[in-house]
Amino acid sequence: MNIPDDLLYTETHEWIKREGDNIRVGITDHAQSELTDVVYVELPKMDRQANAKEAIAVVESVKAASDIYAPVKGTVVEVNKALEADPGLLNREPYGQGWIFVLKIDNPDNLKQLKDADGYKKQIG
Amino acid sequence: MSETAPKKTPLYDEHVRLGAKIVLFAGWLMPVQYTGIIDEHQAVRNGVGVFDISHMGQLIVEGAGECEWLNNMLTNNIEKLDVGMGQYTFLLNERGGIIDDLIVYRIGDQNFLLVVNAARTEEDFAWLQKHLRAVEAAVSAAKARIHNRSAEFGGVAIQGPRLVELFHAVFGAHKEPPARNHIADFPFEQTNVSVARTGYTGEDGIEVFFRAGDAVKFWNAVLKKGKPFGIRPCGLGARDTLRLEMCYPLNGSDLSPERNPIEAGLGFFVDLTKSNFIGRDVLLKTKEIGPREKLVPFRMKEKGPPPRPHYAVFENGEHIGEVTSGTLSPSLNWGVGMAYVSAAHAKTGAQIDIEIRGQKFPATIEKKPLYKKT
Repeated sequence: MNIPDDLLYTETHEWIKREGDNIRVGITDHAQSELTDVVYVELPKMDRQANAKEAIAVVESVKAASDIYAPVKGTVVEVNKALEADPGLLNREPYGQGWIFVLKIDNPDNLKQLKDADGYKKQIG
Repeated sequence: MSETAPKKTPLYDEHVRLGAKIVLFAGWLMPVQYTGIIDEHQAVRNGVGVFDISHMGQLIVEGAGECEWLNNMLTNNIEKLDVGMGQYTFLLNERGGIIDDLIVYRIGDQNFLLVVNAARTEEDFAWLQKHLRAVEAAVSAAKARIHNRSAEFGGVAIQGPRLVELFHAVFGAHKEPPARNHIADFPFEQTNVSVARTGYTGEDGIEVFFRAGDAVKFWNAVLKKGKPFGIRPCGLGARDTLRLEMCYPLNGSDLSPERNPIEAGLGFFVDLTKSNFIGRDVLLKTKEIGPREKLVPFRMKEKGPPPRPHYAVFENGEHIGEVTSGTLSPSLNWGVGMAYVSAAHAKTGAQIDIEIRGQKFPATIEKKPLYKKT
């Protein structure tokens, strides 16, 4: 299972990439493999404000719908429209073209609550 | 559901070896997918796929005198069955509600094989036994016996347009599979297996039943001989999308003890000309006054989130029912499902709305099946 060292992670299987005042968010390789073929992604609305651990997007496989959570408090400033036409990007490139949204974060200190690659590795065993 | 340890089919280790994702289904550890639901679904639509159906229950009824008794337990008419034929039928409670849907095969003049849903096997067996004992008490000459052979037997379904080619490869070029809905024994290596021309996918297919000890040998032979035909082992995920495209009902979702076969649109498998069977009075009444709700297939109008069980159904803002099955159809690449809606609204072509996470998405009530081969 691919768990890049330069990303942060949540217990709910989102990955987080710091980009200055923003974070880019997607789901991990492990999560996409567990969800199986993704067939629909409901993106968050632009400019939406979200609290940490608030469900703001939905990823649907053939079998089920799963919530995607804001890793920390912030505002949605970018969403990956490409997923609407090609939701399979989430399975093929979970850390690349399969990113889901970008949050402008309220306070970079909040990122300290997230897991590093080793912590996430331990979680999924 | 009792708090017993999950059961494993005789093919469990093979599923793990093939890298299947395993889920708990009806008390069994079953493969939900191997390579992927869409991939497996397409293999069955375009080539051939093999499913482990060893979790399904197998009940044997044998002995003189059971024909009338058994016919009183089931909605379809087993007197129409010659030896070697099967039919789809229902086991109903006194309210006409569906305990189980099953296939009954006449495997001898007075012997029958009932292939039932995994989740209902124990309940079906207990229900049949209870009623048999009541008959025995009334008619001392009754000598029918019922036996639950589920633990000693396994089964696989082999489904897809290349079934006949694979059948020849497995059983020999001079052998032909039984006709549709028929069952027959075929020699396989040093044993015999029962082959029925039935399935749950809408494709040509067979279901094969064998002793549990022969399961691994047979499974691996099918996978090996199926290689030239692009065979895939297929899990419960593809089984569900394939059956839903055909509008075949799933017990526990589309069928339940609170629903009768008329409401489910399956009156074809109920013989009301029979003088007696459990639930008959209720079905006659339902037929006379019309069902309150009907199970209807529907298709989303736009590309969007797939419908799911328990989503609410509306027409012109009025709440008219609930989705019982829904998915993204891999064949159509489109959201489809089935829902119970009030009978007044259950019209083909009617425009309805499915509520998904608080938002209404338009859909159209369709005719069965949702997918037709072109």
